[in-house]
Amino acid sequence: MKPTDPAVTWLEDKPLGLAERLYLPLFIQGLSTTAKHMVSAKVTVNFPETRPTVGNPLIYRGVHRLNRDDQGRVKCVACFLCATACPAHCIDIVATESPWPDREKYPESFAIDELRCIFCGMCEEACPVDAIELTSLLDLTGKSREEMIFDKEKLLSVYDMTKDAEPMKSASLGGTL
Amino acid sequence: MNALLPPLETIAALVKIGLLVGGLMTAAAYLVLLERWIAAWVQDRRGPNRVGIPLTKIRLFGLGQPLADGLKIILKEDFTPKHVDKVLYNAAPLLILAASLAIFAAIPFGSVLPPLNIPGLPDPVPFLVAPGLDVGVLWVFALSSIAVYGVLLGGWASNNKYGFLGGLRSSAQLLAYEIPLGLGLLGVVLAAGSLKLDVIMNAQAQSGIWYAFSQPLGFVVFMVASFAEAARLPFDLPEAEQELVGGYHTEYSGIRLLLFLVSEFLHMITASFLIVIMFLGGWHLWGLTGSGQEVSWAGAFIRCGVLSGKVLGVIVFFMLVRWSWPRFRFDQLMSLAWKVMLPLGIANLVAVATVEEFRPQLVEAIGQTWATLAVIAGPWALFFVSLITAGMLTPSGTDNRPIRTTRPLDGTRSHPAQSLAPHELAGTR
Repeated sequence: MKPTDPAVTWLEDKPLGLAERLYLPLFIQGLSTTAKHMVSAKVTVNFPETRPTVGNPLIYRGVHRLNRDDQGRVKCVACFLCATACPAHCIDIVATESPWPDREKYPESFAIDELRCIFCGMCEEACPVDAIELTSLLDLTGKSREEMIFDKEKLLSVYDMTKDAEPMKSASLGGTL
Repeated sequence: MNALLPPLETIAALVKIGLLVGGLMTAAAYLVLLERWIAAWVQDRRGPNRVGIPLTKIRLFGLGQPLADGLKIILKEDFTPKHVDKVLYNAAPLLILAASLAIFAAIPFGSVLPPLNIPGLPDPVPFLVAPGLDVGVLWVFALSSIAVYGVLLGGWASNNKYGFLGGLRSSAQLLAYEIPLGLGLLGVVLAAGSLKLDVIMNAQAQSGIWYAFSQPLGFVVFMVASFAEAARLPFDLPEAEQELVGGYHTEYSGIRLLLFLVSEFLHMITASFLIVIMFLGGWHLWGLTGSGQEVSWAGAFIRCGVLSGKVLGVIVFFMLVRWSWPRFRFDQLMSLAWKVMLPLGIANLVAVATVEEFRPQLVEAIGQTWATLAVIAGPWALFFVSLITAGMLTPSGTDNRPIRTTRPLDGTRSHPAQSLAPHELAGTR
C-alpha cells in the first residue's frame, strides 16, 4: 500500500504545547506515575504459598480430565474426534468394543502427552459427549517425560480430584450429561 | 602527597580505604538488589524476595540475593572470544574499576571525627581518604574521564560491531556532557571559593542555604549531565540493550562482566555523592546536624548517616527515573547537550559570578535578610526564564519523519491526497 492510497488516513501529531516543550513538567508527571505504581498493590503473588485466583474456571485451560458418567464409568466413547482435532497430536487412544450396551466402543487406553499439549482446548470443543475437559489446575509438574504422559486412570483421577470444586461443564452449558 | 607520611596517618588512611572499599562493594551489590526491587515495584511486581540466609529457610525479604547473584556470575565461564585484542580486552575492566574506585579518595563520606588526641595524628580526623587534597574536584573529574577509557577500550578490544558502536557512543556522549557537568560544577566552586569537596559542604552548612536553592539552574544542568555521565537512563545509549545487545561489554562474560557492572554502579554512587555534596548540602540538615566543625561522637555519626541517607535518596531517584523516561535518540542527546545544557550552564555561571561579585554591595544596600532572599529569588527567576527560553527555542522533540506532502516534480496531480495540506490530508478517505 502506498502512502498516497486513499484508504490510508493520515493523522498529524498535535504541535507541542508549552509543557511538552519545557520537558520538566512532563517529567514530573511521569515520575509521579512511576512513584504511584511503586507503592500500589502488586498484581503478582508469592506463588507456591499464595495461589493465583482463576478468573472463570469454565473457560480456563489447565490440566485435562476424563469425566465419569453417573455410574462411574468413563464417559468417552472412543470416537477419536479429540485426537483428530488435536493440533499437537498429543492424544493417543486405543479403542475396543464396549462392554456396556449404551455405546459401541470405549477407550481401552487413553493417553495424553501433557508435554506436547499446547492447551488450546480444541479436544474439549470437539468431544461429542463432553468426556474430555480442561480443569483450572495450573501447576503441572513432573520429574520425567514418562510421568507427564497421563493415562486413562490418571485422567480419571484428575476428575475425581476436581469434580467437587469444578462440576462438569456440560450441565451449566446445556451439553450432554 | 608526601611519600614519607607519618605511620599513624598512613594507618588512618588505610583504615578509611578499607572501610570505603568494603562499604562501596557491598553497596554496589545491594544497589543491584535495590535496582531490581524498584524495577519490580514500579511494574507492580514483587521482585526478588526469596533468597535469605544460605542453608536455612529464613528469607529476610530477599536480602541474600546479592550473594547468590555474585556467586552465580563468578562461577560462570569466563569466555574470551578468539578475535579480541587480548591485552586491551583484559586491561579494560581493570582500568575502569580502578578509576571508579580511586575517585572516592577525594570524596568525603561524612564530616569529621571528634578530637582523638592521639599524638602524631592531626585532629580532627576527617571522613576523607586523602584529606587536604586541594584539587579534590579536579581529581574526581579527571578520574571519571579516565573511566571512559575503560569503556572505549572494552568496546574497541572486543572487535565486535556492537561493542564498537557502544564505545563510540559512549565517548561522544561523555565528551559532550563533560562540559555542562563542568559548568554546573564551576558555579558551585565559584560560590564556595574552593575545589575541596569538604570545604564546599562546610560552606553550605554555615550559610544553611544549599546550592540547589541558590543555583537551581546549575543544579538541573549538573543533574542532567551526571545522569549522562553515569550512562543511566534516559542517557544509556552506550549500552542500549535493545539496539546494541550490551554495548561495550557485549563480548565480556563472568568476572570481567561483573567488574564492568560494578563500576557502572560505582559511577552512579559517585554521581549521587557529587550531587549531594555540591548541591544538597552534604551532611548538613537544618536543626539536626549543627553546622560547625566541633562535633560529638554521636554528631559525627549522625552527619555520616544524613550524608548516606541523602545519597541513597538520590540513587533511588536515579532508579525511578529509569522507569519514568524513555531513552533519547542520539541526535536528541547531542542537541540537548550542545544546544540546551551548554547555554544554560553558561547562564548559570554568569549569574553566580554576578551574584558573588555584587553580594557585599547588596548586603550594604538592603540589609542581610533581604540580600539573602534576593540572591535566592534572582537565580530562581533566571531558572524559569531560561527554561522557558530553551524550551521555546530548541524543543527536544524533532520530527524526522519523511515529508509526505511533496508534489510531483512535473506539477501533475498523480493523486489528490498527494497535493493536500496536512490538515486536509488528515480527513481524506
